[in-house]
Amino acid sequence: MNLTLKVWRQSGPTDAGRMVTYKVEDVSPDMSFLEMLDVLNERLIVEGDDPVAFDHDCREGICGMCGMVINGVAHGEQRATTTCQLHMRHFEDGATITIEPWRAAPFPVVKDLVVDRSAFDRIIQAGGFVSVPAGSAPDAHSVPVRKEDADSAFDAATCIGCGACVAACPNGSASLFTAAKITHLSLLPQGQPERLTRAKAMVDQMDAEGFGGCTNTGECTAVCPKGIPLDTIARMNSDYLQANKK
Amino acid sequence: MKFVEGSEIRDTRAPEGPIEERWEKRKFAAKLVNPANKRKLNVIVVGTGLAGGSAAATLGELGYNVKSFCYQDSPRRAHSIAAQGGINAAKNYRGDGDSIYRLFYDTVKGGDFRARESNVYRLAQVSVNIIDQAVAQGVPFAREYGGLLDTRSFGGAQVSRTFYARGQTGQQLLLGAYQALERQVAAGTVQMFTRHEMLDLIVADGRARGIIVRDMVTGEIERHVADAVVLATGGYGNVFFLSTNAKGCNTTAIWRAHERGAYFANPCYTQIHPTCIPVSGEYQSKLTLMSESLRNDGRVWVPLRKGDDRAPGDIPEDERDYYLERIYPAFGNLVPRDIASRAAKNVCDEGRGVGPGGLGVYLDFRDAINRLGRDAVEKKYGNLFEMYERITGENPYDVPMRIYPAVHYTMGGLWVDYDLQSTIPGLFVIGEANFSDHGANRLGASALMQGLADGYFVLPTTIGDYLAAGPFGEVDEEAVAEAELKVRSRIERLLAVNGTRTPDSFHRELGRLMWDHCGMERTEESLRKALERIPELRKEFWENVKVSGTAEELNQVLEKAGRVADFFDLAELMCLDALVRTESCGGHFRAESQDADGEALRDDEHFAHVSAWEYSPEGVPVLHKEPLEYEYVKMTQRSYK
Amino acid sequence: MASSNGKKAVMAVTGAVMVGFLLLHMLGNLKIFLGRESFNEYAHALRTLLEPIAPYRSVLTVLEIILVVSVVLHMWAAISLARRARQARPVKYVAKKSQAGGYATHIMRFGGLTIALYVVWHLLDLTFGVVNPKGFDSAPADRMIAGFDPSRWWVTLIYLVAVVMVGLHLRHGVWSAFQTLGWANRARYKALRATASLVSAVLVVGFLAPPLAITFGVVK
Repeated sequence: MNLTLKVWRQSGPTDAGRMVTYKVEDVSPDMSFLEMLDVLNERLIVEGDDPVAFDHDCREGICGMCGMVINGVAHGEQRATTTCQLHMRHFEDGATITIEPWRAAPFPVVKDLVVDRSAFDRIIQAGGFVSVPAGSAPDAHSVPVRKEDADSAFDAATCIGCGACVAACPNGSASLFTAAKITHLSLLPQGQPERLTRAKAMVDQMDAEGFGGCTNTGECTAVCPKGIPLDTIARMNSDYLQANKK
Repeated sequence: MKFVEGSEIRDTRAPEGPIEERWEKRKFAAKLVNPANKRKLNVIVVGTGLAGGSAAATLGELGYNVKSFCYQDSPRRAHSIAAQGGINAAKNYRGDGDSIYRLFYDTVKGGDFRARESNVYRLAQVSVNIIDQAVAQGVPFAREYGGLLDTRSFGGAQVSRTFYARGQTGQQLLLGAYQALERQVAAGTVQMFTRHEMLDLIVADGRARGIIVRDMVTGEIERHVADAVVLATGGYGNVFFLSTNAKGCNTTAIWRAHERGAYFANPCYTQIHPTCIPVSGEYQSKLTLMSESLRNDGRVWVPLRKGDDRAPGDIPEDERDYYLERIYPAFGNLVPRDIASRAAKNVCDEGRGVGPGGLGVYLDFRDAINRLGRDAVEKKYGNLFEMYERITGENPYDVPMRIYPAVHYTMGGLWVDYDLQSTIPGLFVIGEANFSDHGANRLGASALMQGLADGYFVLPTTIGDYLAAGPFGEVDEEAVAEAELKVRSRIERLLAVNGTRTPDSFHRELGRLMWDHCGMERTEESLRKALERIPELRKEFWENVKVSGTAEELNQVLEKAGRVADFFDLAELMCLDALVRTESCGGHFRAESQDADGEALRDDEHFAHVSAWEYSPEGVPVLHKEPLEYEYVKMTQRSYK
Repeated sequence: MASSNGKKAVMAVTGAVMVGFLLLHMLGNLKIFLGRESFNEYAHALRTLLEPIAPYRSVLTVLEIILVVSVVLHMWAAISLARRARQARPVKYVAKKSQAGGYATHIMRFGGLTIALYVVWHLLDLTFGVVNPKGFDSAPADRMIAGFDPSRWWVTLIYLVAVVMVGLHLRHGVWSAFQTLGWANRARYKALRATASLVSAVLVVGFLAPPLAITFGVVK
C-alpha cells in the first residue's frame, strides 16, 4: 500500500504547529498503525529529520498511552480499538490519512502527537480511590458482592485512561473518564463510605482542570476503546447531586 | 568473554528455624522507625508497576517522604497492566486441598529448584493478604452468584488458586495500586515524577543515596537524593527486541545499578511464552500474548509432512501431527510453558512450521467447537478470538489460530537478600527487577503475586530496618557530581556519533542475534558465537548510530539509543551466564544437557546455586555463587509424560 | 450550581418546567377545535385562577415569573456551558467526524437559539399582538385565527419550523435531562429514549394541529 499522511507537527508547547504531508510507501496491510508510523520515523531519522513524536507503550491495547485522532476520529474509525491495535488493512491503498493529537485545553500538546494528560491523574487524586492502607484489610470473603454488581463495576473499571473520550467530545468533557471511576467504586460495597465525597471531589477537580461540561452527545462512548457505557455518567450525576444536597 | 570466580555469597537476613516462622521472626527482629522520624526519611522508588506502585503508596501511608518516578506519562501505564490471566493466592477458598505449603511447594518445584526456599515460603504466606488488600481497594475480581470470589486453575496447577478479573487482572490490580499511590500524592507523602527516566544511581560512602534522572519533556538532567533507593523497574525481555513487553520496558535502571556495584543474578533465565501471535513481517514491533487458557480447549498441531503448504482445512486428520498430545500423553496440550515452547520450536526447526517464514503452529478449536458448540466457545474465549482477528485479520472460528513462542518474562534480575536489599546497602530491588522468587521458571499467575507481595508487604517492613539508622545526612557532593557528569557525557556521546543507522535497527539486529543464539535453546557454540558478535555490533553502534534532534527536548530517538546501548552490555552478560551454566533448568535449555527423550536435564551437583555477577569495568565479570539448599522440598527431575 | 454538573442540573430542571408549560399550553391551544368561545374562556380562566382567594391574574403572573426565570436560567446555563466548551478546545480539529450521529451536537445549541428567536416573535404576535392583524385589544381566539390566516401562510411556516425545532430539541433534551439528573441506566435507556421521543412527537403534533387547521380553513 502507498499512503499520504497529513500529520500534525508541533515542536513544543509554544510552537503554533501545522499539518505536514508525508508519503509512505510499501505499507503492509498487516502492519499496525503505529508500525506504519515506525517505518516513517525510521526513514525520517536516517534523513536527518525529526521523527514524529507519539506516545505508545504496551502496543496491545491496554496501557492507554497511545492515541491520535485519525481522519477525524479518536483512535480511528475501527470501533473498540486503540490506535496500536488498529491495522492498516482497514485503509485503502492510495488513501490520505490525517493524524492529529487529542485536542483539549487540559491536554496541552507536548510535541507533535504527544499530549500531557496529567489532568486525569489529578482527577484520580481528588478521590478516585478507597482509603484503605496496606495491611488493614479484612478477609476478602467478609463482604460478599453481588455478581451483577461486580460485573458492572468491572465494565466501568476497564477504562484505560487514554483520553479518547475527551478528544471526541464536542465540549472537551472528561465526564466519561471521571464517571467510569466513580461508577466502578460506587457499585461496590467497599466504595460506599466515600461515595458522595468522592463524586463531589472528582467532578469539581474535572471542572478545575478546564474540561467542558457533558451534553450527553454519546461521542465519548462511541470512540471508547473499552466501550465504557454512557450510563456511568448518569450514576456520576446522581452521586454528585446527592453529595450537593448534603 | 572472560570471567573470574569470586567468593561465595549468602543471604544473611532470613532467620533460622522452621520455615513457617521465619517471616514472623524477621518482622519482629526488624528495627522500627519512630513515627516522627519517618517524615525526615526520604525514599526514592523507581517504577510504578505492581511492585513500585504498591511500594510507593505503602511507604507514603507509613509516613515516609517518597519520590516516585516513571517513564510513562502516568504511573497507571506500567506494563503490569497487560497481565491477563490472574493472581495466585493460597486462600483455599475452594477447599480443594490448597495451602500455603502447597503454593510454596509448587513454586519451588515449578522454578526447577533454583529459587530460595525462605523467600518462596514468605511469598506464599503473604499471597493471602494481597487478595484481602485488593478486594478492600475495590478491585472487581470475578465473583460467583453467591457473591464470593471465583477462582480457577491456571497453568497446569491442580488446585483452583488463581483469582482473576476477566482477562485483565493485571490492569485491575495495577489500578488498585495506582489509586492508592495517587491518594498518597494527594496527601503529600508521595511526590510523583512522570516522564522521568532514571539514568544512574548515586552511591556515596558505600550507600545508595539517590538517582540521576532525565526529564523526558525538557531534557533537563536532575539529581534526586534520598536515604534509600528502591528499583521496581521490571524485566529486561526487550533485549530480544521482540517480546510481549511494552515498547518502553528496558534494563537501564538495573543495569546502571549493576555498574555501580549491585550483583546481577541469573541473567540467562528467560521465560518464553508458548501462545503468542506469530511475527507477520520485518516491521513487527512487538508480540502479543494470547492467554494460556486457550490451551485448555485448543489443540496444537502442525502438518505431518515437511513443507506442506495446503490450507489447514485441507489437511486430513491422518496427515496432522498433534505433537504435544503425541509426546506428552499425560499432560497433552497443557504441558508447562517452557516445554510447550520448545516443542513448537522443534517442529518448526524440522520445517513443519506454518504461516509466514514457517514460524508458527496451529492452535485449533475445530474439535472444541464441534464438542461444545460455537456459543460455548465464544462465551469462554470470545474476547481473545476478537483480539486475534483484530491483529491477524483471520477468524479463528473458521481457520485455526497460528501461535508461536515469544519472550515474556525474565526470572533473572538484581540479586537481593531476604530483605530485598541488593549488594549495595540502601538499594532495594522488587518485582520482576529482582531475581528472587521464581527460580529458573515462573509459574503462571505468580508474577502479579510477587510484585504485590514485595510492594505492599515485604519491602515496607524490611526497608524500615535499614532506615532506622537514618537519616544518613548530606550526600557527598563529589559522588553526585560524578554520576551527573557520567550521564551527561554519555548523552553527548550518543548525539555526537551522527552515523547512518537508527537505534531501532541495531536493537532489531541484537534481538535477532539473542533469539537465535540465546533463545529457547542454547548451545555452547551458539553462545560463543553470540559473545563474539555482540561486541562487534556494539562497536558499530557506538560508531554508526544516528540520533536525531537535541538533548534539550522530548527526544524519543535519544531515549531509545540510551536503552539499546545498555541492552548490548546486558546481552553479553546473559550469554556468558548461559554459557557457564551448562545444565538445563526451567527456561534455560542447554541442548548439551538433555535426557534420552530430549527433556531438560538439571545438574544439581554443579549448579544448585544462584549465579550472581559482579560488574567489572575491565570487562571481566566476577561470578559469586549463592548455594541453594532445599530443606523442605526434595529435588526431583520434572516429568510431564 | 456553579459547577458544570450543577449547570447541567439547572438546565434539566428548568427544561422540565418548560416542558410542563408546553404540555399545558398545547392542551390549551387544542381548545380552538371546540370553538372560539371555549378558547377564550380558557384564556380568561388562566387569569382568574384561584379567584377570589387570589387576585385577578396573580397565579398566572407567578407562573409566568417561574417560566421566565426558567428560560433565563436555562439560557444562562447553556451559554456558560457553551463558552466553557469553547475554552476547553481552543485549537479545532482539521478533520472531525462524528461517531454518534452528531445529532445532539448540532441540534441543541443551534436549535435552542432558533427557538429563543422564535419565542420573541411569538410573544409579539399572539401575546402582545404587536405584529398581529387584530392588535392587543382583541379576543385571544381572534388573534390566533387571524394570525394563521391563509394569507399569512408564512407565519404558519415560521411556526411550523419552530415547533419542529422544539421537537428535535426535546428529543435529545428530555432524554438528556434524565441522564443529567441521574435517573438513566442501561436497563432504562430504551424506555427513556422512547419517552423523550413520545413527548416530542405529542408536542409537535399538538402544537401544529391548530395553526395548520386554521391555515387550511378547517377552523374558521
